[in-house]
Amino acid sequence: MIRKFYYGDIPEDAGSGGHAPSKDARSGGNTPSKNTGKDWPLWEVFVRSKQGLDHKHMGSLHAADAEMAIENARDVYTRRMEGVSIWVVESKHLHASNPDDAASFYDPANDKVYRHPTFYELPDELSHM
Amino acid sequence: MKYDESQFQEKIDQEIKIEPKDWMPETYRKTLVRQISQHAHSEIVGMLPEGNWITRAPSLKRKAVLLAKVQDEAGHGLYLYSAAETLGTSREEMVNDLLSGKAKYSSIFNYPTLTWADIGAVGWLVDGAAILNQVALIRTSYGPYARAMVRICKEESFHQRQGFEILLTLSQGSPEQKAMCQDAIDRWWWPSLMMFGPKDSESTHSDQSTKWKIKRKSNDQLRQEFVDMIAEQVKILGMTLPDPNLAWNETRGHFDFGEINWEEFWNVVKGNGPCNKQRLEDRNKAHDEGQWVREAAIAYAEKKAARSKSKAA
Repeated sequence: MIRKFYYGDIPEDAGSGGHAPSKDARSGGNTPSKNTGKDWPLWEVFVRSKQGLDHKHMGSLHAADAEMAIENARDVYTRRMEGVSIWVVESKHLHASNPDDAASFYDPANDKVYRHPTFYELPDELSHM
Repeated sequence: MKYDESQFQEKIDQEIKIEPKDWMPETYRKTLVRQISQHAHSEIVGMLPEGNWITRAPSLKRKAVLLAKVQDEAGHGLYLYSAAETLGTSREEMVNDLLSGKAKYSSIFNYPTLTWADIGAVGWLVDGAAILNQVALIRTSYGPYARAMVRICKEESFHQRQGFEILLTLSQGSPEQKAMCQDAIDRWWWPSLMMFGPKDSESTHSDQSTKWKIKRKSNDQLRQEFVDMIAEQVKILGMTLPDPNLAWNETRGHFDFGEINWEEFWNVVKGNGPCNKQRLEDRNKAHDEGQWVREAAIAYAEKKAARSKSKAA
């Protein structure tokens, strides 16, 4: 039986590179293998594209320290003058809301349509408002 | 709130992107990790056939351009590794899988770059094929993957244009340069068509990747788009594609083309291509030789952190 493979989705059953695949060969699954945990720390990168605009999340990268993270971010995310300022923060320091709680978490905003200008019906002749 | 697969599918159907912390089926996660990391490995290994010509580029301008292009490929690899890491796999694990030969990368990079014209053919054909695929992937259902694709696509168009320009220059040169140009096209044409993978008709599975909108266009669809595009562009070079069956089909509104040598395709996938062994050896060598740098950087960062701590105390 032949499976359909997509570009960038190459069959798992055969080794590339002239190495015989080992018995437990597995590609891209996410059970840890010979992980020594020696990756450099992960950093999130935020770039201000021009003066007057907010910093925007661009992605992440690995670096040994903040200085290296900023230099790497310059090389990875601003090769074509995409930025005038870079922020980096170690990913472990970033806290996020939980998407599973989104319904209840954002619920307080749901029923308050009066916070929007369109809630108020005013005469058409009223201008500049 | 507890999620199940039907709710997940509903989100996908409504074109709502899936983000890293969202609930997702384990197979969705695994498929993505495999596909994104293979894509990343392809960018990284893809630097090797081109790096081969950096020191031998015919002019300083060509060398600067090629350096910039290879640097972009490294950047693309990094965007993609980062996207895969949001799914809970580590960089080290992915790199180890590449180095051990467990993980795959695009077979196209197991072909050698024999002449300078190959650098042109790689840019025009190989990057051209990659762009078609990547443009389709901008609409993929996983947010970080889609965002990485947006950045990559912006940068890739320079790659394809510089490749075409190399060939255009050769095509207007001496008889030897013209021959070199045609020879590169002849050698890269079929492997480029193979980049899109097996024919759709060989699929016997229900197609989960399409249902999950990880992939938005089929192999044959993309391959046809590529043939239609290149068959026209090659005329500007005054060169030909090595396929006697290539012909415009009025009724289909597409170019017909000959049969791909699938035996060769599977052979290269299975590790028996012209350069599989060399590519992996080169990656391993680069990784091993960078070992002391990785360790030194960590040691330096730790020392610096300790010093600033003692100063603060």
